[in-house]
Amino acid sequence: MRPSTHRQSETKAMPIERGKRILMRGNEVVAQAAMDAGCRAFFGYPITPQNQIPDYMARHMPEVGGVFLQAESEVSAINMVYGAAAAGVRVMTASSSPGISLKQEGISYIAEAELPCVIVNIMRGGSGLGNIAPSQADYFQSVKGGGHGDYRTLVLAPWSVQELYDLTREAFDLADRYRGPVLVVGDALLGQMMEPVVLAEEVVDPSSLPAKPWATTGARGRPHNVINSLYINPPDLAASNMRLQERYQEAARREVRFEGEHLEDAKIAVVAYGTAARVAAGAIKEARAEGVQVGLFRPITLFPFPSTQLAEVADKVDTILVVELSAGQMVEDVRLAVEGRAEVRFMGKCGGVVFTPAELVEAMTSLAREGH
Amino acid sequence: MATGERQVVFSRPESLAPVRMHYCPGCTHGIIHRLVAEMLDEFDLVERAVGIAPVGCAVFAYDYFNCDMIEAAHGRAPAVATGVKRVRPDLFVFSYQGDGDLASIGMAETIHAAARGENITVVFVNNAVYGMTGGQMAPTTLLGQVTSTTPFGRDAKTAGHPIRMCELLATLDGPAYLARVTVTSPRRVREAKRALRRAFEAQERGLGFALLEVLSTCPTRWGMPPEKALSWVEDEMTTQYPIKEFVCAEELRGDKAEGDS
Repeated sequence: MRPSTHRQSETKAMPIERGKRILMRGNEVVAQAAMDAGCRAFFGYPITPQNQIPDYMARHMPEVGGVFLQAESEVSAINMVYGAAAAGVRVMTASSSPGISLKQEGISYIAEAELPCVIVNIMRGGSGLGNIAPSQADYFQSVKGGGHGDYRTLVLAPWSVQELYDLTREAFDLADRYRGPVLVVGDALLGQMMEPVVLAEEVVDPSSLPAKPWATTGARGRPHNVINSLYINPPDLAASNMRLQERYQEAARREVRFEGEHLEDAKIAVVAYGTAARVAAGAIKEARAEGVQVGLFRPITLFPFPSTQLAEVADKVDTILVVELSAGQMVEDVRLAVEGRAEVRFMGKCGGVVFTPAELVEAMTSLAREGH
Repeated sequence: MATGERQVVFSRPESLAPVRMHYCPGCTHGIIHRLVAEMLDEFDLVERAVGIAPVGCAVFAYDYFNCDMIEAAHGRAPAVATGVKRVRPDLFVFSYQGDGDLASIGMAETIHAAARGENITVVFVNNAVYGMTGGQMAPTTLLGQVTSTTPFGRDAKTAGHPIRMCELLATLDGPAYLARVTVTSPRRVREAKRALRRAFEAQERGLGFALLEVLSTCPTRWGMPPEKALSWVEDEMTTQYPIKEFVCAEELRGDKAEGDS
């Protein structure tokens, strides 16, 4: 049998309805959110479990007059992002853990060259080739820099398909505001699951976005623009780095996002983000039904980390239980934020294994039994 | 014209910034920069050109051309150029890369940009050595050539064979123009300019990927006086890397591309 010359996408039969609840897959929502935010270029490379993002872009980017290109590698894809961002266009790439590792060189250059772009990491089990199951083991890589140098990237961590939409859109505004790469981190579970989502009726018209006078778009009526990360004179590089540090500090003051649930009377605060928080939220409901005074503190920005807000919570609870799909990464930032105000316990699953709610309920009830 | 009235017959191209370049004495980067700038002037591109500088000796090229410039990571210039050109097809996008950048660490980016027929112009400066980092072996280093990492001469048994980029790329369907030139004499410079004109014209006409390989000197890393370095290009390099037009789209064989000067 000859292979089919075209494949039906899951969404083709059903045109998107805006402003009402529809059922969509996480990865496809990421792609739609980007286009709704005025993103007009996508460069990617196949890797599971994020493949529906480039598939969706390939099919739908032409409808809005944008560019889709399958690059020869993750390395090339991120450098195409570098070029398109330099030319002033809203641009995105998406990948999964091993592919994001390959992009780190480019992300470092993009950060130092002060180019806005959005990078989506649908995380999978690591290290190495790992597997394609849900994981949060790229926390360090995401929030501590990832590539070489002194840069940081803003990191947004949605926990639902709706938040994948809202935060991916917002990521483009943040990228433009802080002139740098913004990471959106999901995982295999978020990317693959289908949930009700409401797509905004308003979409961004790229021509309505503020001009980017620094972009390399042809030196017409102005001196030439240079996009560069090379400062051969050390004091010049130091000055550039310090300017970026100030920008990160400004982001830390203005952009911290988190959510709390049932923290008012909590003796135990679970700290978790993304999929881990989603599982924890269900477990907290069950544990509370059994009389355990437990609440959820959910960082939505992983960088900047909601340290001050978490410290306030730590003042009121006995125990902080950090729940992660990793061998223990965010827990380090939690300890730094808590500074001994409360006992910090860690519960992690790694390698693509996901908690069951029952396991977390058991952990919460046994903590409560310990007298915390 | 009154007798004694003087007119300018030769000057710095407008696209070339009036700054002092960092290149070593006897290096032919300066000549190649000038040729690129002359083409930017001739095609009236300075207001809509974006150049991509490499990592290597030409890393500061962004200071030497008056058009918009982007400094790329090592070897990634064709990918960066692709990013610019795809979102702004109205811009003229060229990269300027050395042999280590283009044929070693950036081999994948080069081959795939060529295979896609990416509508960009690549200026490939091949001097058979890593100049900036101290004279190490390049993918184009000749067999027997002494470099800091082949101190006994490049031996194919351990260090492999030189790569002929134009010949390699000529197997693909994407390139509209591929040629190898050098700039060792005024005649060679004129030939190089003619070829560069075609490499620019290919993009302006939307024909696809264009690459001009320029055999260049590196007296400093070769350990030769400049004049001997020029002879070495002619005597040794052109044997391994023949001066030749490998691919030339039919549309480029018109009048303008044939013009001299």
